[in-house]
Amino acid sequence: MSHSPLEELVASHETPGTPFFPPFAVTPELEAEADERISHYPASKRSATLPLLHIVQHKFGYISAAAIEWVAAKLDLEPIKVVEVVTFYPGFRQSAPGKFHIRVCRTLSCAMGGSHELMEKLCELTGIDRSESDSHHHPITVSPCGKWSVEFAECLASCGTAPVCMVNDDFHDGVAADKAQALLDSYSNAQSAH
Amino acid sequence: MSAANISYKAGKQPDPREYRLIFKNVDREGWDNSIDCYLRDGGYEDLKKALAMQPKDVTEEVKKSGLRGRGGAGFPTGMKWTFIPPNNTKPVYLICNGDESEPGTFKDRYIVHQDPHQLVEGMVISCYAVGAKVAYIYLREEFPEAALIVERAIEEARAKGFVGKNILGTGLEVEIYVHRGAGAYICGEETGLIESLEGKRPYPRIKPPYFPAALGLYMCPTIVNNVESLCHVKHIVRMGGDEYAKLGVARNTGTRILCVSGDVKKPGYFEVEVGKVTMRELLYDMCGGPKDGRTFKAVIPGGSSAKILRCDETFKLRNPDGSTRDLNFWDIPMDFDSLAACGSMAGSGGVIVMDDTRKISWVLNNLNSFYAHESCGQCTPCREGSMWMKKISDRLVAGEAAPKDIETLESVAYQIDGRTICAFGEASSWPVEAMIAKFREELLADTNPDQEGVPHNPETFAQQRYLQHS
Repeated sequence: MSHSPLEELVASHETPGTPFFPPFAVTPELEAEADERISHYPASKRSATLPLLHIVQHKFGYISAAAIEWVAAKLDLEPIKVVEVVTFYPGFRQSAPGKFHIRVCRTLSCAMGGSHELMEKLCELTGIDRSESDSHHHPITVSPCGKWSVEFAECLASCGTAPVCMVNDDFHDGVAADKAQALLDSYSNAQSAH
Repeated sequence: MSAANISYKAGKQPDPREYRLIFKNVDREGWDNSIDCYLRDGGYEDLKKALAMQPKDVTEEVKKSGLRGRGGAGFPTGMKWTFIPPNNTKPVYLICNGDESEPGTFKDRYIVHQDPHQLVEGMVISCYAVGAKVAYIYLREEFPEAALIVERAIEEARAKGFVGKNILGTGLEVEIYVHRGAGAYICGEETGLIESLEGKRPYPRIKPPYFPAALGLYMCPTIVNNVESLCHVKHIVRMGGDEYAKLGVARNTGTRILCVSGDVKKPGYFEVEVGKVTMRELLYDMCGGPKDGRTFKAVIPGGSSAKILRCDETFKLRNPDGSTRDLNFWDIPMDFDSLAACGSMAGSGGVIVMDDTRKISWVLNNLNSFYAHESCGQCTPCREGSMWMKKISDRLVAGEAAPKDIETLESVAYQIDGRTICAFGEASSWPVEAMIAKFREELLADTNPDQEGVPHNPETFAQQRYLQHS
């Protein structure tokens, strides 16, 4: 696997968040979960590309070259067919985010409601420097401790309760900048309770 | 439908001008998204009624109802269903478009989270009408919780015999699966959505065929309907097409959900009869008017792609007899035809309001950034143009734009519009065209004549360096 040309193609790199996720490994559970999803598409296995990538990203934090090879083999596809999907969709990541990945809505109604102020506050509180990020190629910035990462997302479809954000799979609305600390605390505290 | 025995959670009471059909159970006191709760409320009775009818009669009722698609284009749903080739022998697919990604729109969110069985019932009825055995719900990736809720709802419905093989003992077979997107706006375009469902990049398909009903998923006839539209089907079956058509106004029937966001005192969702509420009633009476000390400036009436309207505009409209009349912005009824006559569109029902504290250049730049990010890149005018429009408006908000840049911006927009495979070209250029047409003076005031001729792109800098040193 180490000399796979895919490794060149997939822009995975180490981030401070990497230690928070298990390395990609194929287990019987993963296979079973994938097979169940594939069964939803009796007419074409290829349709299961997005679902399988979601499973991988959910378990391993991001989609590595090894994961792409596994998905491609599972669906009888050339790996490039999977790579082009991974690189197109903003929802798929090629490197690990933080343990808690925060997506702040950037689009009009949330921007009017103060999402830029929220983003600034989150960066200040987590020690994240977003100056190197750009919306197309480097949307995600991870905090030095690896626990947090932030990203500006396009419309999260809750414009009436702006500004809104998501932390991993949880949705939070009405998160003005002054609620940023409480939001972060709710995750820090939940973590220490485990 | 504002039944007396339904109460809503504190602070979530519907406005008295609302007509709750689709949102009857949203924020309802004692309501949860389980099938038991849905069945206690008479759930799946409309499916039973539909199964006692012939499929073509269900389609006929939907046609009679005059239902127009709630996703954005407003195309008649019943007519769309009839585009399946009559001599078709291939499998037919039904797809529910739950990508809800048009900025300003937030209605499907509440249906899929709070009332998933309404959608499942509407889909099974629709599958019966169009002859689909397999249906997919394409849910945007940003609704992970909804994906679990809807999948649970499908399993509950299967356990009760409303989904699966031999539905209610009639021999009808319908399987429904949830398919999650991955954060791309273009997946809301129906042929892009189909490509995505096939496991590919969501590049919209070349038309014709204009409708996937002819050739869609796996090259089979495919009906793609919005979440809200499919929910309406259930109510049309219950009420009958003629009765449903009495709601709303002529050619704009039924109810629809308006989502108001931005600079109003009380933003939120309001289900109203189409065309029965004017802009004034919506923004002043239902949303509480502008925030204290501010005045309304402009409104985007149907999702971010709809052309912006000034609140001080008066429109000249043509009557059916050929005469003309004036219509003030505040008197526009919120229906498809009226908003189209005023040069904008009802779109997805997302109403974004801006007050006098907002600079149009900033609003424009925000939307240009959105479209530059979301262009799929398939067609050159859109891929390059949306990025150029963003670069120019970036300069505008930074105070580095020359007056001539406004002209350039406008010309870029008009070179995208109408020159792309899908409607994203219009979606990205209409906001620019309209904002320049209606706020040209304000935009020009944000420019600086000293910037005329000043190079801005790195390529120009590189070229100048080369010329100076050679």
